[in-house]
Amino acid sequence: MSSTAPEARAAWPVIAAAIAIVAFPLFGGRFAIDLATSIIVSAIFALSLALLVGETGLVSFGHAAFLGIGAYATALLAPKAGAPSLVWLAPAVVSVTAACALVIGALAIRTRGVYFIMVTLAFSQMAYYVFHDTGIGGGSDGIYINARPTLPFVASLGDGRTFYYVAVACLFATFLLLTAIKRARFGHALAGIRVNEARMRAAGFPTYAYKLAAFTLAGALAGVAGLLWAVKDGFVNPELLAWHQSGAVLLMLIIGGLGSLRGAVVGALAFILMKEAFQSEALFGAFARHWQLPLGLAIIALVATMPRGLMGLRESWRARRRTRPGVVA
Amino acid sequence: MTAKAVAAPLEATGIVRRFGGVTAVDRVSIALARGEVHALIGTNGAGKSTLVNVLAGELAGDAGTVALNGVDVTRWRQPRRARAGLGRSYQRTSVFATFSVLENCRLCAQARRPRTRRLALDAAAHDAPSLDAARRALARTGIEPLADRVVATLSHGQRRTLEVAMCLAGEPEVLLLDEPLAGMGADETATMLALLDSLRPGHAILLVEHDMDAVFRIADRITVMVDGAVIASGAPDAIRANADVQAAYLGETDAHF
Amino acid sequence: MPIPMDIATFLVQCLNAVQYGLLLFLVASGLTLIFGIMGVINLAHGSFYMIGAYMAWGLAPLVAAHLAGGFATVLAIGIVLSVLLGYVLEWAFVSFLYRRDHLQQVLMTYGLILVFEELRSLVAGNDVHGVAAPASLAGSIALGDLMSYPVYRLLISAVCVVVALAMWLVLARTRLGMSIRAGASNREMSEALGIDIRFLYRVVFATGVALAAFAGMIAAPVSSVYPGMGNAVLILSFVVVVIGGIGSVRGALLAALLVGFVDTFGKVLVPQASGVAVYVLMAAILLWRPEGLFRRV
Repeated sequence: MSSTAPEARAAWPVIAAAIAIVAFPLFGGRFAIDLATSIIVSAIFALSLALLVGETGLVSFGHAAFLGIGAYATALLAPKAGAPSLVWLAPAVVSVTAACALVIGALAIRTRGVYFIMVTLAFSQMAYYVFHDTGIGGGSDGIYINARPTLPFVASLGDGRTFYYVAVACLFATFLLLTAIKRARFGHALAGIRVNEARMRAAGFPTYAYKLAAFTLAGALAGVAGLLWAVKDGFVNPELLAWHQSGAVLLMLIIGGLGSLRGAVVGALAFILMKEAFQSEALFGAFARHWQLPLGLAIIALVATMPRGLMGLRESWRARRRTRPGVVA
Repeated sequence: MTAKAVAAPLEATGIVRRFGGVTAVDRVSIALARGEVHALIGTNGAGKSTLVNVLAGELAGDAGTVALNGVDVTRWRQPRRARAGLGRSYQRTSVFATFSVLENCRLCAQARRPRTRRLALDAAAHDAPSLDAARRALARTGIEPLADRVVATLSHGQRRTLEVAMCLAGEPEVLLLDEPLAGMGADETATMLALLDSLRPGHAILLVEHDMDAVFRIADRITVMVDGAVIASGAPDAIRANADVQAAYLGETDAHF
Repeated sequence: MPIPMDIATFLVQCLNAVQYGLLLFLVASGLTLIFGIMGVINLAHGSFYMIGAYMAWGLAPLVAAHLAGGFATVLAIGIVLSVLLGYVLEWAFVSFLYRRDHLQQVLMTYGLILVFEELRSLVAGNDVHGVAAPASLAGSIALGDLMSYPVYRLLISAVCVVVALAMWLVLARTRLGMSIRAGASNREMSEALGIDIRFLYRVVFATGVALAAFAGMIAAPVSSVYPGMGNAVLILSFVVVVIGGIGSVRGALLAALLVGFVDTFGKVLVPQASGVAVYVLMAAILLWRPEGLFRRV
């Protein structure tokens, strides 16, 4: 809700980052590109939740369910023989995931506050057990994707660099889509629901429907991330739906800064790098086995000291430099 | 065309609402007329706010019906009633504290405004219909100079005025105003009363208030509630002379007839 | 066609369900009280269950070697240690969570889970361990001439019932219980009346920790001691709290028994969908009553 001049000034870091992302493969080796691809797909996953948590204020602790459903849908919808084209596979996967999000959301959104957090966690556990215990997936071992999907005009998704660019394209598209939604009437309504839902209802907004729409959209976008994950690894297993995954994506959002789309991307980058660092034997030697300990402590410290995340830090730094009173960014 | 009378903008019949063992609203009927300010007064705990919540659709009544312009809306929830032209303001200021004054009103206008033909990609700056309605509401209430201020920086009186402006932004036909004068000084009260006066044509207003001076200055009809039930309803002079009302207010420090 | 169960199997499963439900109640009641009274959602609650189990495993040989009393002594020491742990944890960590929003509480306590898991790994390793039930209770008891049932499992249920009664007594009949319920409904007023809220919160939290740890201790002989055992319990506790209603101990009891039955019979009747049955129950209750079966304390 600011005028265009500060926004134009603020756009150049985004453009610079975009250029860096696009140029990256020129400098990185195979391992680096693989890691970067993981970060990009995680950023899409984080972005998918950003609108739901940051804008609408619905804290879902079960978002991994839709990542997993998207991944499994990719594996299960792909035919036994022949390479499926993403042209039909992608919309199919997204539709399936969105449908699941619609059903789960319809029930979960009947609750609010802490109940909602617990209910979403419970539903994602249910999804986890569905894939882990029943015969739908390959049980706890997971399943392979028979043939790598293809994309028209793209040589082969098996090439690390090519796949990286496909993922980047999806990231940019998701970012632009969410930016547009945030600025549209729908996005403003979601923000209003977060700040004062009772008032929104008094003004005539059917808030349940809006929340459900946001939830379904979040699920559908998570399905895209799941699809990319499955194609990248060629393999899916139930751990994608583990609640640790749901916790991780919430952490990415809070580390980056809630309410900011850029924060979601930055948070994904920060979280994955941090985790990689703690798991790195080069840095921690034998203690790297116990990476959960420093990670847990880091999480506590970060959330305690930086509740508004990295973007929040940047905000307060800029606010201190500015001397105009009474203006809130 | 039949010779039936035009339906009242808001008509409630036999509203009952209980909370556990307590009957907060006991078979209350009330009707609002266009162009009229109808005041609802009563002792503390008389059930006024509960009645307003049932009329607005925030609470379901245990019995009774509510009709908007002849249409039975008893089963309608609040958002639907709001879109049908029923607006309300809150006794405890309920605004969007982190948004600007203009955005507060614009949001309240958005639900009733159809989408523009072209894609409004930046609703705050470009959604003409809701912005126009918002500015009109701000102008009407006299707080247009505050449009770009963040609500958290406003004074109490300014927020109460914004509360009414937000109610107006949706351009409702029926206004349920819950103690709009609460906590206001003499000047602000006079301004608010002048505003209510100016709103009379085209609107049906229900005014819940404790300020007896103001009520008797502006109301066209008064309904008095005690312990959940209506004990009197009529023109201000009749209410003033009513023995039951006087008995109910005996000892109330703000009763000076 | 479901396999028809004979009476004996049915009764055994009923007893299993009750025992499971009662254990779950011990854990969930702490969770619901801590949230209902202190407004803190604590994801690490399952870790206390795990800590209790590991304490039982760790203390058993020490007690056997140096002290008398066997399992009862293990339990007593374990309770004292867990109360201490709860007290210190509330003072050092939880008190920072009161003013925070739910998301921050969730994430900070999630970090705590990771810390506990890894500390456990450092101290006790990653293997699965067993804890022997006390010798005097190791056998089975005949129930009529239909079947026999392990004595120890009956004891678990009995102990849980006693604890539940004790909780009810304290909450409904003592001044401390009144203070707790007052603190739940109106913190400022309670403080004005001279109730020391900080001390109260510490007591409530320590009790919650002790309940969960105690459940882990007495369950250890039956469920064995393994990494990650806290997580399953935690999520089921959440389901119990959602179904029962936040802050309601009564609700937690009813919901825990419901969950116990649905889970036990679900596993027996439909083994392929075993884990899912409980969530179907939760979904059904949500359709009917989004705020849970009961409200506050």
